[in-house]
Amino acid sequence: MKVTFRISRYDPETNEGSYVEDFLLEVEEYELTEVTVLDALVEIKEDQDGSLTFRHGCGHGSCGSCAVLINEKNRLACETHLDDLELDEKTVVEVSSLPGFPTIKDLVVDMDNFFRNDRLARPFISGEDERSGPTETEQTPGELRRILEATECINCGACTASCPTYWENEGYLGPAALVRAYRWMEDSRNSEIEERLAALDDEKDGVWGCNKFFNCLEACPKEIDTVGIIEALKRSVITS
Amino acid sequence: MEIFEHDLLIVGGGAAGLRAAIAAREHVDDVGIISKVNVLRSHSVTAQGGISAPLGNTGEGVDDSWRVHFEDTVRGGDGLVDHDACEILTKGASGTVLELDNMGVPFNRTEDGRLDQRPFGGHSLPRSLYAADRTGHGITYALYGENVRLDNAVYNEFFLLDLVADGARVNGLTAYNMKSGEVVGFRGKSVVLATGGCTQAFAHTTSGAASTGDGLGIAMRNGIPLEDMEFIQFHPTGLPGSGILISEAARGEGGYLINDDGERFMKRYDPEKMELSSRDRVVRGMQREIERGKGIDGEDYLHLDLTHLSRRTLEEKLPTISQIAEDFAKVDPSERPIPVRPTAHYCMGGIPVTLNGRVKGSSWGNTWDNLFAAGEAACLSVHGANRLGTNSLLEAVVFGKRIGAVAGRTAEEGSFGKLPRETLNQQEKYLTELREKDGTVRLGEIKSRLRELTWNKCGVFRNQSDLEEANDEIYELRRTFSEELTLDDRGCKFNTELRSALELRNLLEFVPAVLLGAYKRTESRGAHYREDYPEKDDGNWAVHSYVVRTNEGRYGVDYRPVRNDTGRGTTDEGGE
Repeated sequence: MKVTFRISRYDPETNEGSYVEDFLLEVEEYELTEVTVLDALVEIKEDQDGSLTFRHGCGHGSCGSCAVLINEKNRLACETHLDDLELDEKTVVEVSSLPGFPTIKDLVVDMDNFFRNDRLARPFISGEDERSGPTETEQTPGELRRILEATECINCGACTASCPTYWENEGYLGPAALVRAYRWMEDSRNSEIEERLAALDDEKDGVWGCNKFFNCLEACPKEIDTVGIIEALKRSVITS
Repeated sequence: MEIFEHDLLIVGGGAAGLRAAIAAREHVDDVGIISKVNVLRSHSVTAQGGISAPLGNTGEGVDDSWRVHFEDTVRGGDGLVDHDACEILTKGASGTVLELDNMGVPFNRTEDGRLDQRPFGGHSLPRSLYAADRTGHGITYALYGENVRLDNAVYNEFFLLDLVADGARVNGLTAYNMKSGEVVGFRGKSVVLATGGCTQAFAHTTSGAASTGDGLGIAMRNGIPLEDMEFIQFHPTGLPGSGILISEAARGEGGYLINDDGERFMKRYDPEKMELSSRDRVVRGMQREIERGKGIDGEDYLHLDLTHLSRRTLEEKLPTISQIAEDFAKVDPSERPIPVRPTAHYCMGGIPVTLNGRVKGSSWGNTWDNLFAAGEAACLSVHGANRLGTNSLLEAVVFGKRIGAVAGRTAEEGSFGKLPRETLNQQEKYLTELREKDGTVRLGEIKSRLRELTWNKCGVFRNQSDLEEANDEIYELRRTFSEELTLDDRGCKFNTELRSALELRNLLEFVPAVLLGAYKRTESRGAHYREDYPEKDDGNWAVHSYVVRTNEGRYGVDYRPVRNDTGRGTTDEGGE
């Protein structure tokens, strides 16, 4: 069968603005479970148009490079098999760059602000007893479990790019950076708590920016309970 | 044309580069990390199984020590481990790993809150610390966080073009700024190459798209030799087709390798250690089974059986590979075995360096003043001819730290050199020429031909006639690249096709060193196996190979002895 890849394109070096281009790929029925959207993008780039531009890395959902909008949902291209898309009779796969971030070229977005927010989330251990030397810390399996889900985040941006609050205000940390803030603050090895909570206590840019649209929850390829984590942060801010 | 300036420049933001950047801050305040990807996309994040250190935290491992770890590593390396380097690695392991714990790596814990450890192939005791099967992710993110805390400068998506050298000194480097589309310069008082692995050179590989050996290509172009490049590790368990890694931790936790008869075939190849034999032996066992028609349904893959493991083990200790098996092999590993086959995984060789990471020159005894290499790009010969699982992350952090500190001190004592505008202009001119290539052969075709060539003629089993053919074909591919390549993307900004062409250029620069090393080494040792010379030959071949490219573009090979004099001390460089 022929599958149409309807790809949003943008070339910053022309005045054309963004446009949509169709590419056809011949895919056997039995291959639908095997071929990913990333495989298709790579094949199109190699065989049809070398200027098609996208990011990719590990190819198995660990590095977070290839998040794009596929058939109206933010997903990792490398993990999305064609049979995940419930292709209708027209067998069209629509791919465009993540919403909410400026497009640099085709499917590549500018994530500078996203990573700025990540740094604001203080993604490290700190506190009064600064590392005195290499001695083993104690952390119970229960303490580890508290942060474990949040450690799975791969910074792909799918969640933050789905958040209407972030679309309106890129000063808002967004779900990814808030998950990061939780992960490091709640680590039993970290003792800098009050300052971090105070920084998160902001009507617009901090935890209170979250209006619970729940889009992030649906977008996360690692199925992290983003909303639950943000709610937990809100509780900590209130009780601190 | 913009020129950036930092006391120390580190190219590559994986585990080695990030660890080096932290250590350097003890000597200099101004460190710049340059990565062709976003540093958090570095291939280190995909390391699954673990990182070894002889902590002895579990009952079985209680008698562990650096010396036992050292002996295991030397044994695994099959005669090519430099003992002094390995001593530094294993003595430094526990302290460096505990620093990672303090930096917040989410290592799995024992019930009483200590760092848990599990078995791994080639290690005689359980000494692998692990963060489920996302150990590399946990380590890279923690190291990145430390760099954020220290406020080190990070340049994401800047592709290294070349070094700017002045004799044995490096003054800086040139890079392609993907986002702006411009060639930029970086001036530094010392430079660390932590550019990562190179196994994208092979058709079947566990490596991500970025592991194209860029530092190795640049070494070749600058008259720097490459050491032991014939030693490419093939990992036993990649998924057929995609090559996606299924961690050795799956066997560490008790998984079986099974052939079409349902038999644990490793009993024929290493009855004592079975599935936890060294990677080179397991890979050859698997290839033998496939060749004698015992692949599953006669095909070129086997089964990794985890169905007898508890659900809790799969969920808490192997969650990623369970997910990968479901997503990419459509198999629930608690119910059905996972299809696996050997794939290229790691390069034991690389840029030769002293124990302090100083890059060696083309002639014996020469070193660069202020150029360093670390991580998979470097060859410290701690892995010898075959690396043990979990020792690569360890090397990245132990030597990343050590080398970062020396590079930082070198920068502290050094000064900035000249970065002539002319060098930037030359690179700009080269990029323009490359972008406008208008031949008849597509980039992807040359890359595929290269990757098939290495896989088919310099893979798990090698022989003279294949390697002779490969040597001819690689020169033909190099010619095709320079004379017949065509590119579609003429743009300057974020030209990923141009970047792929630059990566392919680097692959084509260093692959001849792999082929030549393999052709000349007429014996079998570790990961290098010659069908026509199946025995190890210590009399002639207990030596490291050094391939250099001459100005005429020819590749020549030389050999240096292994430093295997245990107890000799650890100073080949005057106690730097």
